[in-house]
Amino acid sequence: MKKVFGRPESLTDVPFTYCPGCHHGTAHRLVAEVLDEFGIREKTIGICPVGCSVFAYLFFNCDVICAAHGRAPAIATGIKRSKPDSIVFTYQGDGDLASIGTAEIVHAANRGENITVIFINNAIYGMTGGQMAPTTLVGQVTQTSPYGRDPKTMGYPIKMSEMLSTIKGATYISRVALTKPAYIVKAKKAIKKAFQVQLDGKGFSMVEILSTCPTNWGLSPVEASKWLEENMIPYYPLGEFRTPEEVA
Amino acid sequence: MGEKILMKGNEAIGEAAIRAGCRFYFGYPITPQSEITAYMAKRLLKMKDAAFVQAESEIAAINMVYGAIATGVRAMTSSSGPGISLKQEGISYIACSELPCVIVNIQRGGPGLGSIQPAQGDYFQATKGGGHGDYHLIVFAPSSVQELVDLTMDAFDLADKYRNPAMILGDGLLGQMMEAVEFKERPKVNLPDKSGWTLTGCKGRKHRYIVPFDLDPRVLEKLNKVLDEKYKRIKEKEVRYEAVNIENADLVIVAYGTVARIVKTVINNAKKEGINIGLIRPITLFPFPEKIIAETASKINKFLVVEMSLGQMIEDVKLAVSGKAEVNFYGRTGGVIPSPVEILEEVKKYL
Amino acid sequence: MFEEVIIAGFGGQGIMLIGRLLAYAGMLEGKNVAWMPSYGPEMRGGTANCTVIISSEEIASPVVPYPKSIIVMNKPSLDKFEQNVKKEGLIILNDSLIDQKVSRNDLSIVRVPANDVANELGNLKVANMVVLGAYVKKSGVVKLDTIFKALEKALAGRNQHLINLNKEALKQGTELAKE
Repeated sequence: MKKVFGRPESLTDVPFTYCPGCHHGTAHRLVAEVLDEFGIREKTIGICPVGCSVFAYLFFNCDVICAAHGRAPAIATGIKRSKPDSIVFTYQGDGDLASIGTAEIVHAANRGENITVIFINNAIYGMTGGQMAPTTLVGQVTQTSPYGRDPKTMGYPIKMSEMLSTIKGATYISRVALTKPAYIVKAKKAIKKAFQVQLDGKGFSMVEILSTCPTNWGLSPVEASKWLEENMIPYYPLGEFRTPEEVA
Repeated sequence: MGEKILMKGNEAIGEAAIRAGCRFYFGYPITPQSEITAYMAKRLLKMKDAAFVQAESEIAAINMVYGAIATGVRAMTSSSGPGISLKQEGISYIACSELPCVIVNIQRGGPGLGSIQPAQGDYFQATKGGGHGDYHLIVFAPSSVQELVDLTMDAFDLADKYRNPAMILGDGLLGQMMEAVEFKERPKVNLPDKSGWTLTGCKGRKHRYIVPFDLDPRVLEKLNKVLDEKYKRIKEKEVRYEAVNIENADLVIVAYGTVARIVKTVINNAKKEGINIGLIRPITLFPFPEKIIAETASKINKFLVVEMSLGQMIEDVKLAVSGKAEVNFYGRTGGVIPSPVEILEEVKKYL
Repeated sequence: MFEEVIIAGFGGQGIMLIGRLLAYAGMLEGKNVAWMPSYGPEMRGGTANCTVIISSEEIASPVVPYPKSIIVMNKPSLDKFEQNVKKEGLIILNDSLIDQKVSRNDLSIVRVPANDVANELGNLKVANMVVLGAYVKKSGVVKLDTIFKALEKALAGRNQHLINLNKEALKQGTELAKE
């Protein structure tokens, strides 16, 4: 009998500890499936961030190192440069990648580091309890924007995919969502493409995944998905911003 | 081998690192250590299985080191005061993860942007941890270009031996000066195998992780105790110092690095005036040579600590002396180097 | 033997280079040597100086507040270092750019029209070699031949063609120190 569904080998048996409705689980699984499909689990080194996914090392069944907040792309650089035959990916949240680690992500992209970045954008700081992220939407209420994000004093939400796609060293940049099956299929394709770019030695690749945070958004999982589609996707359009074909 | 080469201190550090097998350097330019970065670029960019990256920041540089050493290679970074401050976050992570690397601090005047002239104001930062949490680096204090070479090579060995970051604490004068150096044939040392902890991909074994945290306080306390045990072993086995003329001295000076060399001139000048000065020169600042200082304090009752700071190492000297002798201090700061004449004048105040 | 000399002038006059040649020559003759630059933000045109110590013993303090000798290539350098020279020390000065008298009368002083000699040789840049030649002759700290060896090593490759010109400047410097 053919096995049609099961846990990817690239995930451990440890059950996810993420909140109900959080997209980390789906994102982890998609990355794991891609590692399985390419057969690269045994030469992959992942870098998990500071944030809810600091525990990713428990879930990914590959070698993992935990970075200081925002520094994952620098660590990935050190790993890839010292072990070029390994497959290196970072898994970073929006506070990590787009705030405290802005310099690291921009320059890793600019050097065209041959690494893959999985960027989880849920428009809020999850682990610290719901503070404003650089990607928090205008008007969005968080603990540190209690009257809604006011662009006059807090700036506008930053569009990392668009920004990084202006960089010559970036080979593949794509934004995806996970709120419905069609999106998930596209997301997996994007992740696969990103790792393919690395396997081909073509340089920097990043997939930005728009994600939910029902707990800190104060919504049910279903409402959270709806909120993401209605509010985040219009501001953060899905699609490919830079592809290897453009680079070539 | 055996051939003497005239080399600038900073370049000698680079050459020593390469000869110690370091093929991975990550750094950011800052005076007065930029020649290290430039030297590593010149050499490593032409070598196979090697990498040089001019990082976007000091913070990124130390984290690149963190990534590289996790795979088991020898890697280093270098900077000066302000840059070392920026690296502290990463150094704390590396110490917590028990990974070996070498960090060079060619000290300059501080605080703040300070000056670019030689100073020793980073002693506390280097020897007491420097970043957050309980940890120590193995800290070497060279006082000549030859020692920059020898101790840089030793630093890589000891870092590997103890799986602990090691620091070369130099200063602008040592970094900028040229002296004749020799790259001696070194005896082969047996170092622990790294394959039990490196991240190389999990082929043929269980997946492995390096995580510098544990949210369970009891588990984290255990880790801290493991580190503490290691520091105790280091204190027991790795202390190095030079003692000059301490038997029957009228006064013993404790000084390290550049200042210790100046004190050697003071000793000679004082002899001509019939004054007998001794010198204890710590070569390792962590572990600190407390035993020899304590022993000397039971025989000689006057100490003078001379530093290019407002008085940092003096605290460790006082702890070692433990009230058994008088401990005085003379310091210059901001990048001013004390002259032999002024140190001798200071000595005379206490005789 | 123990010699400490401070070499000073404008940035761009080749101060650091002659200091290095001297240190290198000292090393070739089996002595302990140290070369220390003053370093700062001024890369060109400001004042530059370096200290060279050559000794048959281990070199203790690399900091030399009171040198035995100074080589000064311009007026500000003479003003800055004259009073620090040890009693009965030596000053080699570039007479082409320094018209003032040395106020101390306990020192030996060699005035060398370094720029003029260099100009006659067709390249102002070798003025530094002229003063170095004079210093080597007068102090006897290393042999001129050893300086030649150091020079050959320093100018090997791209600057090979300049070796003879520099040697000639050094020789003329030694001649001037004889008078």
